[in-house]
Order: sequence, then C-alpha cells, then structure tokens
Amino acid sequence: MIYGIPITHFLIVSTLMFFIGIYGFLTRRNLITMLMSIELILNSVNINFVVFNRYLYPDQLQGHFFALFIIAIAAAEASVAIALIINIYRRYTSIEVDNVNELKH
Amino acid sequence: MNYSYTIWIPLVPLLVFLFTGLAGSRFKPMISGLIGTTGLLVSFLLSLVTAWKFFFVSGLSGGAYSTIIAARTTWLQLTDYLKIDLGVMLDPISVMMLVVITTVSLMVHIYSLGYMKGERGFERFYSFLSLFTFSMLGLVVATNIFQMYIFWELVGVSSYLLIGFYYERPSAVAASKKAFIVTRFADLGFLIGILLLSFYTKTFDFAELTNPQSPVFTTITSTSFMGLSVITWAMLLIFMGGAGKSAMFPLHIWLPDAMEGPTPVSALIHAATMVVAGVYLVARMFPVYIAYTPGALTVIAWVGGFTSLFAAAIACTQFDIKRVLAYSTLSQIGYMMLALGVSGYEGEHGLGYMASMFHLFTHAMFKALLFLGAGSVIHAVHSNFMNEMGGLRKYLPVTHLTFLVACLAISGIPPFAGFFSKDEILVAAWQHNRLLFSMEYLVAGLTAFYMFRLYFGIFWNKTPHYHHTPHESPLTMTLPLVFLALGSAFTGFIPFGSFISADHRPFEPEMHLNIAIPSVLIALAGIFIAFILYRKENPVVARFINILGSFHKVVYNKFYIDEVYLFVTKRILFNLVSRPVAWFDRHIVDGTMNGIARVISFTSEKIKGLQSGQLQHYALAFVSGAIILVLIVLYNLS
Repeated sequence: MIYGIPITHFLIVSTLMFFIGIYGFLTRRNLITMLMSIELILNSVNINFVVFNRYLYPDQLQGHFFALFIIAIAAAEASVAIALIINIYRRYTSIEVDNVNELKH
Repeated sequence: MNYSYTIWIPLVPLLVFLFTGLAGSRFKPMISGLIGTTGLLVSFLLSLVTAWKFFFVSGLSGGAYSTIIAARTTWLQLTDYLKIDLGVMLDPISVMMLVVITTVSLMVHIYSLGYMKGERGFERFYSFLSLFTFSMLGLVVATNIFQMYIFWELVGVSSYLLIGFYYERPSAVAASKKAFIVTRFADLGFLIGILLLSFYTKTFDFAELTNPQSPVFTTITSTSFMGLSVITWAMLLIFMGGAGKSAMFPLHIWLPDAMEGPTPVSALIHAATMVVAGVYLVARMFPVYIAYTPGALTVIAWVGGFTSLFAAAIACTQFDIKRVLAYSTLSQIGYMMLALGVSGYEGEHGLGYMASMFHLFTHAMFKALLFLGAGSVIHAVHSNFMNEMGGLRKYLPVTHLTFLVACLAISGIPPFAGFFSKDEILVAAWQHNRLLFSMEYLVAGLTAFYMFRLYFGIFWNKTPHYHHTPHESPLTMTLPLVFLALGSAFTGFIPFGSFISADHRPFEPEMHLNIAIPSVLIALAGIFIAFILYRKENPVVARFINILGSFHKVVYNKFYIDEVYLFVTKRILFNLVSRPVAWFDRHIVDGTMNGIARVISFTSEKIKGLQSGQLQHYALAFVSGAIILVLIVLYNLS
C-alpha cells in the first residue's frame, strides 16, 4: 500500500489508458496519432508491471526490469515507426493510413 | 598379395570420362582422344599385371584359384543383414574379363583416333567410350549382384548414348531408343529376379550366393510358386536380364538396329564386351544354376542353341555388312549360352563352362577385328552395302589380310583361335544332347558360309565403279587390326582349362578328333560353297534365291520378328492397355487433382476481399479476436 492508495486505483488507470490506446489505434487515421496510441498501450502495460511487482512481490525486481525493457523497446519502435512514416510521407505526401494499402491481395 | 590397386582399373576411365566430359570442349578434340587412350592404356597395363599376379604369382591354393575381394565399401546399409556394397572381386572369370575389356577397348580407342577424326563431337565420343569402359569394368568386378545391376544399367545407358551418337539421324535415334527400351524391359526381369533371390536369401553377396553349400538357399528352394520353386523363377528372371543384354531370341531385335552407331562402338559394345555381359552373368551365377535349377540351365541351352541357328540363317541373307556381323554376333553368343547350358560343375564335366568363357575370349578378339575391318572398309568406300563393294583386296591389303584371319578364326579353321574354343563347345554339347549338337554342327557350316560370303563379296567379286579410288586406312586404324589379327590367330593356344573352370580347379581338356575333324570339314564345305557362289559374280545365286522363293523372303525379313513386336505393341498393348490407362490418368487422376485446385482457387477468389489492405481493419480483427479469446478463457475457467 503506497500512501493508502489501493491497487485497484492503479489498475483502473492502466485499464483506461489501455482501452483509450486501443480506441485511438482503431479510429485515428493519422499515423502519428496511431503511434501515440501504441505508446499509451505500452505505458498502461508498464504501469501494470510496476504495480503488480510493488504490491504482490515487493522484495523482487522482475516487474521493474520488464518495465525498463518495454521503455527501451518502445523507444526503438518509435524511431523505426517514425522513419517509416517519413518515408511514407515522401511517397504519398500524406500520412493518412488509408493511403497505405498497396500490399492488399 | 596386395590387390588394392585394382580399384584404379575402373576408376581411371571414370576420371577420364569426367575430365573429357566436363572440360573436353575447351581443348582441341584430339587432346580428349589422346587423354582417353592414355587412360585406357593405364587400365590395360594394370589389368595385365593383375592377370599375371592372379594366375602366376598367387596361383593355386589347395588346387583351386581363390576368390579375392580386393576392395569393398558399404554403400547402402538397408537393414542389419541386407546391405549393398561396392567393391572389386577378383576370380578367374573377372580377371579374364578385365583383360578382354581393356584390350578391346584400348584397340577401339586407338582405332577411333583415325576413324572418327574430324567428326563433330569427337570429344563427346571419347568421353562416352570412357564411361562405357568404366561401367563395363565395374560390372565384371562386382562383388555382389546389386552392384552388378547398377553397372548393368550404366552400360545400358552408355550403349544408348553411343548408338545415338549421330543424333541428327532419325534412324540412329530410333535405334538407340529401341535398344534402351528392349534391354530395359529385360532388366525389369533381372531386377525382380534379384529381389526374389535376396528376399529369400537375405544377401546380395556373390561370395555367399555362389557357394552351393551355403545355408542361405534353404527357404528359397522349399518355397514354390505356380508349380516351380521360387529359386527357379528367380534364376529364370535373372537369365531374362542376361538374355536381353546378350540379345538372345526373342529379345534380340535391338542388336541389329544398334549398328546405327559408329563402327568402333559396334566393335566394342555390340560385339566384344557389353553383349557378352549376359553370358558373364550366367557364368557368375553358374554354381546356383547347376546346383538348384538344372531346368533353367536347359532353358538357357535351348535358347542359346536356337538363337545361334536362327541368327546364322538370317546372316546368310543380309547385305548390310554390319548387320551380317551383328547376326553373326548373335549366333556366336548363342554358342556361348549353349555351352553354359550344357555344362556340368566339377572337373571334366565343367568343360562347357570353360569352353563358353574361352569362346567369349576368342570371340572378343576376332569379332572386334571383323567390326574394325568392316569399319575400315566403310571408311574407304563410304557405304555399308555389300553390293556396292567388291575387289577391294587390291586397295586395302592390310584390312584384307586381317579380315581373312578373322573369317578363318570365326569359321573354326585350325590353327586360328575360333577352332579351339568352338571345338570344346561342340564336345560339351555332344556329351549333353545330340540334337543340340547337330544344330551346332549346322551352325558351324552356316557361319563359315556367311562369313566367306561377306569376305568374297567385299574383297573379290566384281569391282564396282568407285567415285574415288579407295585407299588403305591410316596407321592408327591398321595397327589395332594387326594386333587383333595376331590375337585371333594365336589366342587359341592358351591352355584355358588350366585357368578357368566352373569350380576354379584347373583341368586338361582333351582334343576330340572325331568331333573336330567333321566340324572343320563342314566349315570348309561352307567356305567352298561361298567361294563358288561369290568368288566371281555368279548367276546361280539369283536362281537359287528364286528357287527358295518365299522362304528366302521370310529369312531376309528376319522372320518378321520386328513386325510381330510392332503388332503386339502398337495394336494390342497400345489399344488395350496403354490407352485406357492414359484415359484413366488424364481424366480420373488428373481430374481429381484439377478439381481440388479449382475448388481452392474458387474459395480464395471469394474470400480475398477480406484482405483490404487497411491496417486498421486488421487491427480491429486482431483486437476483437484477442478479446474473444480472453472472454472464452475467463468464462471457461470460472
């Protein structure tokens, strides 16, 4: 218990963040916004990891490690995604996801 | 005694084949020819050394020549007891075959340097010759029947390649296909025979198979199928393979057509070496034949005897000189088969076996010589047909003399080689079956007649008008002729009985004057008739043919065997078997496959719209799928 805040509060926040992320990913057409939604999803997962670690196994560190890993990977993923988006922009002069459908059937 | 070097006897030609086959076209053609000939010279010398060491240095142990496994490696381990080895086995007959093959092959290699000079594909010719020599050597030194089968097929392939050497000519292509298909058909029997034999005996090894006391035969002799014991079936099927390769009636039809190949090839493959592979096979399996299946041996004797008579009759009527020689080859191989068929096993009784191998040896010499001589004649007059030749003795003195030696040898005139071997075959036949014996007497007369018909027709008779004066062949061609003529003249004096016999124990064959003298007289009579009829152009010949009338026509058309085959295959097999099978294949088998493919392509056409290319559609599907899975897990677990 951290300063009297129960675990459910954290979990509610992370669940909200997760579904806001999903919603944004599914509805937004702008690739940058979609990327931001993915970051929301990842961060909600991070919160879960840290919180579960802190509340259930306070003397262990695995959850923290995972969170750190995810942050690093999210950074890498963001850089790759932005590089892709820049290339898409050069080609289509827009970053609307609807335009990027060349690989269909 | 160390014999491990013998592995190089077949391997050198293989290396030469690989080298000239892969890199031959980068050099001048003659270089490939010289490499091939040098490689073969190495094999030849190694074979001679081996023969000398085997017969004179190792010699007899306990009164018999021992069988030596010079090299052996396991190639395929099929089960714990059934494995296929590759190796080199030396025993009297394989050592003799090594000498025969390398001698004739070396002569043919040298001869072809002149004969094939300037031909397109010279280096291809030499690489195929090396391939053939490799396969044939591998065949004779086989340690087990399966290795023999592998090389058996390889000689078939090289024979196919060499018959079809002039592949622009449709007749050559047809002949090569015919040879391949007919021998392949026979080899099917051979393969089934091998499988039957090995299924019951659990071994491929000659060492066990040719030991009559070996316990491996207990089950196969006691099992029977359709009234015959399985071993009889197996041995008859194995003989079928041998009959196909050795062109025994009724599988002989491919050999005369095989003369479409270049003449040196006919000399090497279709006279001296490959076609005697069947005889060699029967000789190799002889202990089994004699101990368990004397019935099969009788079949072999009759097939051989009949083929020799049948082919000799056809040879008397043909005009293409190479075809006359081809039928004469059939006839002589018939002799060898017959000799094996009438042979016994021990000591004096094994005379037929010894005579068969002896005849194989001398026949290789004089028949190769005849073919090479015929090649020299063809080279000079550019025709295969006897009626476009005549009077050539003035133009081709060396060819003429060597050809005469070969004719005398094949007719069995003493002291030439054929006399000795043929005499022993006749003695063996006499001791076994009088009817076969009298047939062979007749064949001896016919042989002398058709050979001298050929000889007088080519070298005497009326000289036709030649477009340009025929001239003697170059030294590379006459040298082998002279060498082989010496072989044909003197190899008869080799005391074969002290080297080769069915039980590996030497014996002294006796001379039977009461059989030898009449056979020489019959041969002389044949020569005399040929002399009268063909020495000069003689009107009696035409009248004689008229009297014989339709009989002559039937013989001239080779007893219509080819037509019978065509009828059976084209009319009966194609209509009743092949076409229904083809229909079934096209409509049922292919139809099923096509139906499946059509259903799949139809379905995929319908559902491919799901692949919209919109990232968010996929994401939606993914997320909803994940949610559904989570729900399923949650509600199932609770």
